[in-house]
Amino acid sequence: MITYEFLQQYWWFLVSLLGALLVFLMFVQGANSLVWSLGTNETERRLIVNSTGRKWEFTFTTLVTFGGAFFASFPLFYSTSFGGAYWLWMLILFSFVLQAVSYEFQNKLGNMLGARTFQLMLILNGIVGPLLLGGAVATFFEGSNFLVEKNNITDMAQPVISQWANASHGLDALLNPWVLVFGFAVFFLARILGILYVMNNVNDENIRSRASVRLVGATICFLVLFVVYLVHLLLMDGYAWNPLTGDIMMEPNKYLHNFLEMWYVLVLLLIGVVLVLYGIVRTILSKTYVAGIWHVGIGVVLTVLALLLCAGWNHTAYYPSTADLQSSLTIANSCSSEFTLRTMAIVSLLIPFVLAYIIVAWRKIDKKKLDKDEITNDEAY
Amino acid sequence: MQEILSTIDTGTIEWSRAQFALTAIYHWLFVPLTLGLAVIMGIMETCYYRTKDVFWRDVAKFWQRLFGINFAMGVATGIILEFEFGTNWSNYSWFVGDIFGAPLAIEGIVAFFMESTFVAVMFFGWKKVSAGFHLAATWLTGLGATISAWWILVANAWMQNPVGCEFNPDTMRNEMVSFADVALSPFAIDKFCHTVISAWIIGAVFTVAVSGWYLMKRREVPLAKVSLKIGAIVGIVASIGAALTGHHSAYSVAQVQPMKLAAMEALYNGGTDQSLTGIALINPFEQPDYANQEEPDLKIAAPYALSFLATNDLHGYVPGINDIIKGGYINAKGEVELSLDEKIERGKQAITALASYRQAKKDGADETSLASQLAIIKENMPYFGYGYIKSADQIVPFVPVNFYAFRVMVGMGCLLILFFAVILFFVYRKDITRAPKWLYLSAIVMVPLSYIASESGWLVAEFGRQPWTIQDMLPTWVSVSNLQSSSVMITFFIFLALFTTLLVVELSILFKQIKKGPEYEQV
Repeated sequence: MITYEFLQQYWWFLVSLLGALLVFLMFVQGANSLVWSLGTNETERRLIVNSTGRKWEFTFTTLVTFGGAFFASFPLFYSTSFGGAYWLWMLILFSFVLQAVSYEFQNKLGNMLGARTFQLMLILNGIVGPLLLGGAVATFFEGSNFLVEKNNITDMAQPVISQWANASHGLDALLNPWVLVFGFAVFFLARILGILYVMNNVNDENIRSRASVRLVGATICFLVLFVVYLVHLLLMDGYAWNPLTGDIMMEPNKYLHNFLEMWYVLVLLLIGVVLVLYGIVRTILSKTYVAGIWHVGIGVVLTVLALLLCAGWNHTAYYPSTADLQSSLTIANSCSSEFTLRTMAIVSLLIPFVLAYIIVAWRKIDKKKLDKDEITNDEAY
Repeated sequence: MQEILSTIDTGTIEWSRAQFALTAIYHWLFVPLTLGLAVIMGIMETCYYRTKDVFWRDVAKFWQRLFGINFAMGVATGIILEFEFGTNWSNYSWFVGDIFGAPLAIEGIVAFFMESTFVAVMFFGWKKVSAGFHLAATWLTGLGATISAWWILVANAWMQNPVGCEFNPDTMRNEMVSFADVALSPFAIDKFCHTVISAWIIGAVFTVAVSGWYLMKRREVPLAKVSLKIGAIVGIVASIGAALTGHHSAYSVAQVQPMKLAAMEALYNGGTDQSLTGIALINPFEQPDYANQEEPDLKIAAPYALSFLATNDLHGYVPGINDIIKGGYINAKGEVELSLDEKIERGKQAITALASYRQAKKDGADETSLASQLAIIKENMPYFGYGYIKSADQIVPFVPVNFYAFRVMVGMGCLLILFFAVILFFVYRKDITRAPKWLYLSAIVMVPLSYIASESGWLVAEFGRQPWTIQDMLPTWVSVSNLQSSSVMITFFIFLALFTTLLVVELSILFKQIKKGPEYEQV
């Protein structure tokens, strides 16, 4: 029996999965942030740009679909977070706008701004995108400064139901050190993914050897930040929701309890972490192994999925308000109607079909690894 | 720091509208060429697939390169629009997100992934996949873009004609009750057909103009000749199609948005046997005195044509602006139209009853008391948005923009039919490679003119529904986010500077690419 409650949990799973895939696909941003580090001359930089340039649309589209799916399934989050944390989201969007044209324009005749300008835009997106998206995800645990009052719609003077309780509109999140810790963890994770992707996708020994060195540095930074945040998460008070009364309350070690009470989510997290570590360590130890992106990629998807499920499932407020506890958003109080969730659930049956043709197209494009010959003699950015 | 604005900043509403208009207008500079060129290059690659003549492959590749330059800007400007519903119109996003979010999500899942997956195969897969797979990728790229247009136009049509939903006072929002009504509303179908067909015109004009330039310069003659012919055929079919679907669109508007039609026509006082205004003198910078003026000065009109356009009857009744404000006539549903004052009163009753219902429920009132409030809400809900209206001038769109934009669109549409007919005359009856210079020049001039026509169509559609973000349900000032106007003003200018800079770069690259011409591969 598919109940309303089941559909709510299902849609949180789908949105979390999209978020997890988005973090994996940010290998594009991670690699772009290292364009000038992995490539020491223009040919090498073109190789890296062309490598990520064959995949950037997947990341971009996943971000857009993530937004659309959130809008359709949890519209109160959409209106509260986007309308409230205005500047945070605008900065993210600006960086993705810059990215979208940078591939096509950078090496074309008539580019009056020069190739380096657009490389700089890719680097900017490579840094700002993962950092701020990571920061935005951290607010699922750390909370944000907003109020929700649905009765406002009957107030002629002030009908807006979701309001940010300070004037910085989202930038205040960056003053929270834990948000920064998580944001930088995602940033370094994107770099790890980017390095592994380039090692796998670009057939160039110089770039691969440089990537191998950068991988160690990025891994150390990521592991320190991730472990620190994970410990903080397990020890912190969390935002619990009472389904009987609808009240939100603080609960000590809420997220630790969530992992213990949802053992399957804990298993996902552990498998994810092990796969990430396995992929990285094997790549560092073996000079010929270049398939680490797949182990780490799957591991990242599982890890992020587990974290997002922990944020929303098991009667947890996934978007807590630090201004008014009872304004916090839960899966139940922010979701769409049963009819819409049910309709969209039918649409979601298309997702495996979409994934299938993406895999087919991806494999065909990547059948031969990118090399200098291809960017010289074939279609290339 | 607590800083919640106790009233909505009027500047926020205006800057948010300006920002959405700016980003939408920019986005619509690139989308029609994407949709149009997708058809053109699909036809060309199909010719290659059927003939195996490498000439056709080079032709297809040339147009695909131009497509790619334009496509990037379409993607860049498109991401903003989706998120702006949340960032700038947060109240809207909650109030109708249950319905409006679905088309956007489906657009992502069904259309964007198709488009983004196969566009990479199209650009980089020439030597990596079979000819058949590549051809499929090219058509699927265009199909993805077209499906994307379908869903976003379903969303837009729903804002103009909200169907398939009911208000839920417990959740304080409108909720979807019929997906079929939303996804297949006749208004959406009309809008989709008219918009996509008009986009094909842009692609056709662009193709004809670039080809005409080559012919004028006496270079790339074989490519230009076949491209011009294909462009002109697509163009004439699309232009006639746009005229036919335009008629349907106008009829739909008359049924559900009579005020928009009245503004488009500068029809202050309506009636039966209404004529369609060809030209009239209206000050483009200020709202006309519709309350006291009988009709615009120097009006030249086609008798009965407006009645026919709006009702499919030469003698049909078409309400003017003042009629809609006064009410009392039989509307398209066959009911007596309420006056604006009555609508405002009923809207206020709905809002007051809603507040009472929520309070009574909070206080634990009995079922009878709640049921009586619910009955008032349900009875008056069709006029909910009017409860926020204070005066008649708030519900009248800015007439000059609607009036002139409509005429530019229709006038250009007629000119385009003539233009493509002349081109085809030269293609089939004369030698297009030796046509007079004025013909080639006119093809180039048609590019900016067709863009103006295309953008004019959107101006009519969007200005004409003011003040409503959702027709009769939610005015702009109730839809907006509670932001400082300075924040929105800053992002407006950032977008303006960013998009303008990128547009200049794009045009520079596009012109260079055209000047460089196709690359013919050695066989």
